[in-house]
This record gives sequence, structure tokens and C-alpha cells, in this order.
Amino acid sequence: MKRSACVIALLAWLLASMQSAHAHAFLDHAAPAVGSTIHGSPAEVRLWFTQELEPAFSTIRVLDQSGKQVDKADKAVDRDDKTLLRVSLPQLPPGTYQVVWRVLSVDTHVTEGDFRFEVAP
Amino acid sequence: MNYSYRALASTLVACALASVGGTDSAFAHGLAGKRFFPATLATDDPFVADELSLPTYSSRKTAASGDEPVTRETEWSAEFTKRITPNLGLGFEATYLRLSPEGGDVQKGFDNFAVGLKYQFYKNDEHETILSAGVDWDIGGSGAKRVGAESFSTFTPTFFFGKGFGDLPESTQFLRPFALTGVVGLAIPSRASTTTVTVEDDETIESVERNPNVLTWGFALQYSIPYLQSFVKDVGIPAPFNRMIPVVEFSLQTPLNRDGGATTGTVNPGVIWAGRYIQLGIEAVIPINAHTGGKTGVIAQLHFFLDDIFPRSIGRPLFEH
Repeated sequence: MKRSACVIALLAWLLASMQSAHAHAFLDHAAPAVGSTIHGSPAEVRLWFTQELEPAFSTIRVLDQSGKQVDKADKAVDRDDKTLLRVSLPQLPPGTYQVVWRVLSVDTHVTEGDFRFEVAP
Repeated sequence: MNYSYRALASTLVACALASVGGTDSAFAHGLAGKRFFPATLATDDPFVADELSLPTYSSRKTAASGDEPVTRETEWSAEFTKRITPNLGLGFEATYLRLSPEGGDVQKGFDNFAVGLKYQFYKNDEHETILSAGVDWDIGGSGAKRVGAESFSTFTPTFFFGKGFGDLPESTQFLRPFALTGVVGLAIPSRASTTTVTVEDDETIESVERNPNVLTWGFALQYSIPYLQSFVKDVGIPAPFNRMIPVVEFSLQTPLNRDGGATTGTVNPGVIWAGRYIQLGIEAVIPINAHTGGKTGVIAQLHFFLDDIFPRSIGRPLFEH
């Protein structure tokens, strides 16, 4: 009985501690969506993460099929939603594009990734 | 522990300690590039992290063997792993056993306590690969004899690997969420045989049980829904299913000498759900052959990512570069 009480108390303490904790920032969803085909050029790429980000150390780049960076290099973490990282795009011709990101969550955990989307005529 | 086993353990520990600092610091939490490796339930994971499995519950009916009747084995275990450096971790494990033989008395108590040291010596982000080596020490005589805890120690030097398939070509992109992790170890008992002396009707009966070296091996094949949706194609799987990782684990033991018998083990199909701070896993435990025997059981685990829950205190390595 005493042992069960200790285990329950430990679990309660851990769960309570999580309220103020932070974690790795994983990609939650994106616009354009990961692996999607869209008609017409999007105005920007937006990535929503599972954690708030450190703006200075969070990057996003959009590359064309030759590996050339095509975004406007104005990446920013949204002021009102610190889980949202965005970058503007010029008018993109039809083709396949790669989004490459690397972010630092507010507790200094780094995560990275990439995905593709296609612009159809 | 006799001299040769002590020397082996000392050498392995010394090798691990000597190589600290030779690689770049690693993330905790089983990350290699884009790949997140979850902590698997039946086979040990290939990375070093600050983590707590509390509890791991398993229950299975074993087959009758010799004089031993069919027995329901229920285990509650806890495992805590702490990073000493970013790539070197020390683990502690305790298991509480409840044995309920058909027609017999229930026996309860702790199995032998175990300590493990693991060093992650290789990580390749591009190819989502992690390699580690370690040694486990099952401390003889630290558990209760009534639940079968051995009076001798067992040392298990082990090699661990993890490989994600995110580097497969574009034409097979839907196979990229697959990953394979595994372990190969050699369990070496500190005593080659155990002699038991019993007295019946003033007659002394001596029975000798031989303790073989055992190859402990296993692997886990997993398909990551988070990987699929974040890096390949968002197919619209909603929460909470978007954090699920279906997995099949194989946990096997092959005795190598001393008439240890045939390979035994289980195949465990199940699913792991990985959240921000915790992970939940549940698997069926299916015996692989008649030698293993018994019925299908279950294993379930609640796992805490201490590096995320306490990033500035116990979730960090004791010594950083």
C-alpha cells in the first residue's frame, strides 16, 4: 500500500511538473501541406510546430529543383503565435520545391527537417 | 563475481569512459536527423537519454515444464536512465514479480536489480543511424529467491543499432517512415552451474543446474506516422492518431552451450504513442515456438522524456562538453 502511494505521488509530481515544461519542437502541420500539390504559387510557406520557437535560431528555406533558394529570405516567427514560422515567396513557376527547416525550441532543443510540395499550373 | 568477469566488466567500463568526448554531443530523446526513435518495450533502444519507464507492466501464462505447473507471470518494472555525458548513460532497473502457479501458492518479490552502462559512439543524421554499445549487470542475489531471482550475477555486453529509412529514394517515399532498431548481446553468468542441496527423509539430494551463455537478440520494426505526416506526405491523420508508431518487436534468446536448449522468445505486435513529454506503448506478447510455450500475453509501458520535462535540471547530462 505504501509502495503504491509512493508511485502515485511520484507520477502526480511528474505530471504536475509538465505544466511548466517545454519539449522538442516537432512539425505539427504546414501550408502548403507536406507532400501536397497546389494550383498556383503560394504567397508564403507557414510551418506550425508543437512548441514555441526561438526566432533568432530558427530558419526556413525554400529551394527549387536545382537547389537554389527561391524564398524572399524574410523568415520570421509570428508575433502572436510563437509556434508559427513563416517565409514569403515570390511568384513561383510550376515545379517541385523543397522546404528545409531547422528550429530551436525555447528550452534549447534543436530539431530539423525538410519536405516537398509541388506547384501545378 | 570471479576474476575474469570482473576484468571483463572493468575493461568494458574503461573502454566506454575512455571514449567519452570523442564525438559531437548528441540530442537526447532518440533523435538522428529527422528521425525520432521511440523507446521500445521489449528490446532496449539504441540511444542514450534521460528517461524513466514507470511502470512497465507485463503479464503472460507460461507453459508447464517438468515439475513446474502452468504459471501466470506478472511483472511491474521501473527503469531510470541518466546521462553522465551527452553520449554516456547509466541505467537502473527494478522488477517486481508475481508468480501464480495453477494449484500452487502465489509468490511475490523483487527480481534481481540491474545496472547498465551504455555509450552512443556513432550518429549519422543524414542516414538516420545510431550505434551504441553497453553492458548490463544483473546483480546476483539482490532479488528474492522465492520468485526465482538467481544467486549469481549475469553480465551482458550488448551492441545496439537504430536505422531509419528516410534516405530511401523518392520513388519509395512511403517506405521512408520505416525504421529498424535492434540489439545483440551475450549474457554471461558469473557461475557455470548452480548446485542445490535438499534433504528428504534424511537423504541428501544434490541437483546441479547448468547456466549457459545466452545470445540475447532482438529487433523492432516500426512505421512512424509522425514521420510520414511531417516529412513525406500529410495524409490528414488527425490527433491523437498522428502521434502513433505501429511496431513489431522480436525478443529472442539463444543458449550457446551447457545444454541450454533451443531458441526461445516472443514476437510483439503493438503500437506506441509519443506525446510531448510522455510515451505510451502496448503490445501483445506471442511466443514464437513450442519451446517458448505458454499463451499470448500483454506488455504496456508509460515512459517519461525527462530531457523535455526537466530540460534545465535532471533532464541534462551531468557533464557537458
